[in-house]
Amino acid sequence: MGGEYRHIGKATPRKDARAIVTGSAQYIDDIKLPGMLYGRVLRSPYPHARIKNIDTAEAEAYPGVKAVLTYKNVPGWIGGVPYHRPVLDSTMRFVGDAVALVAAETVEGAKEALELIDVEYEQLPAVYDMEEATRPGAPQIHERIPGNVFPRGFRSIGEKALQEIVMGDVDKGFEEADFITEGTCGYENIPNPLPPEPPGVIALWEDAEHLTIYTTSQSAAMNRNFGQPLLGLVDMRVIGTQCGGSYGTKNANMIPMVHAVALAKATGRPVKVYFNKEEHFNAYSLRLGSRIHARVGIKKDGTITALEGEWFVDTGAASEMAQVQVAVGCGEAQLALRCKNWNLQPKLVCTNRNPSGVVRGFGGQELKSSLLPIMAIAMEKAGLDPLEFFKKNYVKPGDGYYWRDGLWWDYRGIDFSKAMQKGADVFGWKDKWKGWGKPTAVNGNKRIGVGVGVHGNADIGEDESEAYVKLNSDGRAVLHSCVSEAGMGERSAVCKMVAEVLDLPLNRVEITAPDTMVNPFEFGLVGSRGTYTVGSAVIEAAEDAKRKLFELAAPVLGARPEDLETKDGQIYVRGNQQKAIPWRKAMGITRTLTGQGRFETDFSLCNCMMIFAEVEVDVETGKADLLRVVAATDCGQIIDPLVLEGQLHGSLGSAGIDTALFEETILDKDTGRIMNCNMIDYKWRTFVDLPQFQNVILETPIPSHRFKAIGVGEVAPAPGPSAVLMAISNAIGKRIMDYPATPDRILKALGRI
Amino acid sequence: MKKRNRDEGRKRATVTGGTAEKNISLTVNGKLHELMVGKDVNPDHTLAYTLRETLGYTGVKIACDHGSCGACTVLIDGEAVLSCMTLTVECDGKNITTIEGLENRETGKLHPLQQAFIDHTAFQCGFCTPGIILSAKALLDKSPSPTEEEIKQELAGHYCRCGSHYFVIKAILAVAGKGR
Repeated sequence: MGGEYRHIGKATPRKDARAIVTGSAQYIDDIKLPGMLYGRVLRSPYPHARIKNIDTAEAEAYPGVKAVLTYKNVPGWIGGVPYHRPVLDSTMRFVGDAVALVAAETVEGAKEALELIDVEYEQLPAVYDMEEATRPGAPQIHERIPGNVFPRGFRSIGEKALQEIVMGDVDKGFEEADFITEGTCGYENIPNPLPPEPPGVIALWEDAEHLTIYTTSQSAAMNRNFGQPLLGLVDMRVIGTQCGGSYGTKNANMIPMVHAVALAKATGRPVKVYFNKEEHFNAYSLRLGSRIHARVGIKKDGTITALEGEWFVDTGAASEMAQVQVAVGCGEAQLALRCKNWNLQPKLVCTNRNPSGVVRGFGGQELKSSLLPIMAIAMEKAGLDPLEFFKKNYVKPGDGYYWRDGLWWDYRGIDFSKAMQKGADVFGWKDKWKGWGKPTAVNGNKRIGVGVGVHGNADIGEDESEAYVKLNSDGRAVLHSCVSEAGMGERSAVCKMVAEVLDLPLNRVEITAPDTMVNPFEFGLVGSRGTYTVGSAVIEAAEDAKRKLFELAAPVLGARPEDLETKDGQIYVRGNQQKAIPWRKAMGITRTLTGQGRFETDFSLCNCMMIFAEVEVDVETGKADLLRVVAATDCGQIIDPLVLEGQLHGSLGSAGIDTALFEETILDKDTGRIMNCNMIDYKWRTFVDLPQFQNVILETPIPSHRFKAIGVGEVAPAPGPSAVLMAISNAIGKRIMDYPATPDRILKALGRI
Repeated sequence: MKKRNRDEGRKRATVTGGTAEKNISLTVNGKLHELMVGKDVNPDHTLAYTLRETLGYTGVKIACDHGSCGACTVLIDGEAVLSCMTLTVECDGKNITTIEGLENRETGKLHPLQQAFIDHTAFQCGFCTPGIILSAKALLDKSPSPTEEEIKQELAGHYCRCGSHYFVIKAILAVAGKGR
């Protein structure tokens, strides 16, 4: 499809490519402001404890120390829903919880001062299992969260925020079923997306009312959207730095932010808070834990007649917005499993483990990874091929769903079964699929198995975006859009859209820094929304600017504005390019023209991702290797093929496909400590372990905007874990209902240990 | 919890005692830096710290700071080394290359590996990129036509989380004259 466009659909160098390969790209820890102090955090050694006494006198007197903060002297800002995350507290709720903050002239000085703080703790009983946490008599973790179960709903996504999936008549649905199955599946390995760059923030109070934040977020603007209400509506300017990986986790980046802001306030100096890797493991964003008990009714033809269950979601000791993750997860379940009768009841629980946060897959990966293995039991009973089942049950034009806002949305997108079939053809599904519990091949101790999973998201149209496009008389354009760069190439993608609308060379379109002071409103890069939402605003702004340009040019060229065209900074009457005038002849050299664009939430389109996995399991050792992955999607129109392929390759790590094989955070349930909080013991895929990976990307025009494109990056990993679990189960002929399928679990399933 | 390591902490804060004042010299990207131990460099400073914080070569990235992710890789006398696991005081007289040293400063021309990484979009967030490019350079300098397997082995210690592995391999193969 790229043929009809000048830039869209073609591989073009990222705008920041040279900065990245020469080392000049500025990440948060590369920035030093004049007079900047370094903030460090004293962290709790206990999973649940109360501070009985805390003595900071020696730390305060230590050379170079400018402030020591404890729960006694921090500002009263409090975050979370319901409010449960103060800047610092007298109760510690996980190993790594913040006890005290120090700002000093050097990092070393700050670390040393932390060791001079005397703390006497009273240890409290802790609870780590989400169902145990909800039982009577369980330790209470937050005063405002009685029974350790979060109240439902979330103020910022609307009054009716989706809290459950209830529709139709489940009893009737079960009566209509040919097969009824039930089961329990847990996706509770709470993996860490673990971007290479740890999270960090620099805070600077310009004066009592003006706060500036530098943040390593994938959504600089989100830091303002969330931060400003939290900090008492101060005037807050947020500047995004180059982001060294996020995968959702650095979305709002609130915890390091409030610590830096509090220290900057106390000292009157800029303060940088930058986590080390140990803190990144212990005190940032793990994936949600998920466990589901579900009952499914299906017919012989694969129609799902009823789905009911209880979905336990474990957010650990605190949550930034887990209710929204639950809501989106519930919406996404409906996209992949068309069913008229639902009763799925989520229960969002806090425990004394390290907190979960926002992670790519955002509730949906957690729900799918635990629900699809139960669906597999039902498919097996009915003797259904999972590919056919998913093709049949993925949302179709004319269907609808309750989205996160609790409203019913009629789906107006495309049928994705063509992409699913194309993926299956490339994978060779027809030959490799031998039936449930049957290996594709057996070679001695080695068994090959295949599996498939599916997922999609209607958040591709979530929330609002605004953009300005400013035309300069020299034939160049500047895009004002508060988009950060965390690796998805979005800053380059939106420049391509502007260049396409204005028919300019790419090097004549620049984008402003992600700075909330110079840019209009932006929600941020979440939920694969960049292509559709940010894109729509940007396209509209470029078209608006072009319209204004043609109004000025029309009298000069003696033509009507609608008969004009522009290319490479020249304007001409359509069909008469010889008589072109440069923009400056229309604009004059003392004028700029600014076009505006805005996008409003639209949940009526969704994306779709199908992952096929082929594994080889050694039944003697229990080791499972991922041999091959095929990722199939339809994105409407590719913006940049290499950027998109890279995003799909990213489904392996960032707490994605590999969470079915080896990625997990291992908690010692005696001490509450993470046992593998370093990059040797936390396992990750290396260059030598790469499977074969093929992307199948179709381009069926999707009614989004001018370029008929939608985003898909965020959901890429989400169907992976259940696909791998299915593949392993088929390889060994035994069902596995826990993640990750490590050798011990596989040998146990085989009855060998 | 009782106070701990209090004296140790104090000891570490004063850096000159015990170590004779001594200059060490590092040549970084062709430029000579004289550093005084006890003043510019503490005995416990890693090379990664010195390069970034003392000398301003912030293209050197620190991710794990424990020798397990490869982000901080630099070249010492042409060998790829983890600068977070190397003490600066061990590097007296060494020739060090960071990512900033690959571009031809006179012509502005990028090293072929840098250009290949751009052409293949062989990065996403870019945080692991400097270390990977330097390891690839060390490999190609020794073995100009490595196989795909040799490239993978060379890069096994580099953590990339975005999933740029496949394009990284393509980019390096292109420079090695084996690209498709």
